[in-house]
Amino acid sequence: MEIFNIALRGIFIDNMIFAYYLGMCSFLAVSKKVETAFGLGLAVVFVLTLTVPVNWLLQEYVLKEGALVWIDGSFESIDLTFLQFIMFIAVIASMVQLVEMIIEKLSPALYGSLGIFLPLIAVNCAILGSSLFMVQKDYNIIEATSYGFGSGFGFFLAIIALAAIREKLKYSKVPPGLKGLGITMLITGLMGLAFKSFIGVAL
Amino acid sequence: MSAEASVVEKETKEKKNPAEPFLSKRRKNIVTDPLTDDNPITIQVLGICSALAVTVKLEPTLVMSIAVVFVIVFANLIISLMRNLIPGRIRIIVQLAVVATLVTLVSEFLKAYSYDMYKVLGAYVGLIITNCIVMGRLEAFAMANKPYDSILDGLGSGFGYAWIILTVAFFRELFGSGSIFDFKIFEALGWITFPTNGLMVDSIGAFVVLGILIWIQRSKSGYVEH
Repeated sequence: MEIFNIALRGIFIDNMIFAYYLGMCSFLAVSKKVETAFGLGLAVVFVLTLTVPVNWLLQEYVLKEGALVWIDGSFESIDLTFLQFIMFIAVIASMVQLVEMIIEKLSPALYGSLGIFLPLIAVNCAILGSSLFMVQKDYNIIEATSYGFGSGFGFFLAIIALAAIREKLKYSKVPPGLKGLGITMLITGLMGLAFKSFIGVAL
Repeated sequence: MSAEASVVEKETKEKKNPAEPFLSKRRKNIVTDPLTDDNPITIQVLGICSALAVTVKLEPTLVMSIAVVFVIVFANLIISLMRNLIPGRIRIIVQLAVVATLVTLVSEFLKAYSYDMYKVLGAYVGLIITNCIVMGRLEAFAMANKPYDSILDGLGSGFGYAWIILTVAFFRELFGSGSIFDFKIFEALGWITFPTNGLMVDSIGAFVVLGILIWIQRSKSGYVEH
């Protein structure tokens, strides 16, 4: 039950976009059409569900203070936390590369639609962000995986909803200075207000 | 191909007039353009994440701005020095490694000298790595320009980012907490019952304040998105 709750929190309450403002760049840039937003959202769910547990293993067995004890007892005092950023970003960049190659091999059709977005994900703050939050929240590996999936799915929902609104927005009269980014920010604010109503939801 | 061609072109152009003044008009424009007409946040739509996340109060925002200016200037300098050595295919990883190293420096520095601020900023210092402004400048400018110009470009983009997030933070702290730099401004003016607005502290306030700021800024610079 706890696992579902963590995923649910990640999707609705601690939503990557509306609560932590992570992944805003691609959220704003790739939300002009529902179709492309769907592709990017799917890729983010995929990469997050994979990278968070891998980074968890890295944190638990390499980076944390005393984490290297499994090699030899004398490594107990070694603390490699200062390498966290570099290690995490390296894992993310290589995972993205790996995912890209696997998808290209297994499903050329999906690769065709995701293609350009996959490399972009390496510099999506939502991915690095959830790895860093995962460390702060002290999860075990199953909880970490469910957290990764939850925050990815939250991003997925948010970007599709925004893309749908922006497609309709083409038919509205927006003041010239507010066109594009400005009105999108205001809409995101209103969507965030709607997501606030989920506070307190638990299974 | 086209990027390489433009590099060659730029370098030959620079060789023709070697005695370019230390602060020529072109160089001044490199610094001033990102401040208004080509602002990284309001025009180029980069680096929004941290612009929203740390702007609840002015003090962490100021620290964040300094950190970003530091990272962007030095990353630009280092990448610009190495620009002819980096193979094109792995340049993203090289850029990420340089940025991650600089961010680690900032993070360790904060941990050592200002632990409270380190706690407040938390994961967001680490997220400078994935700040699109830094990566964007490296990719678009430092990979193709000389070190000194790259430093100027870093300064311009860094301060263009800084003034926007400081403005957002000013309004959020003023209306959300009724204070400026933790100084209770309304109480000092004798308005003790000033109604603070919880939405401003929340994420929604950030979206709305930035949205309105973008509106004003774009109306002034006459930029219209199509």
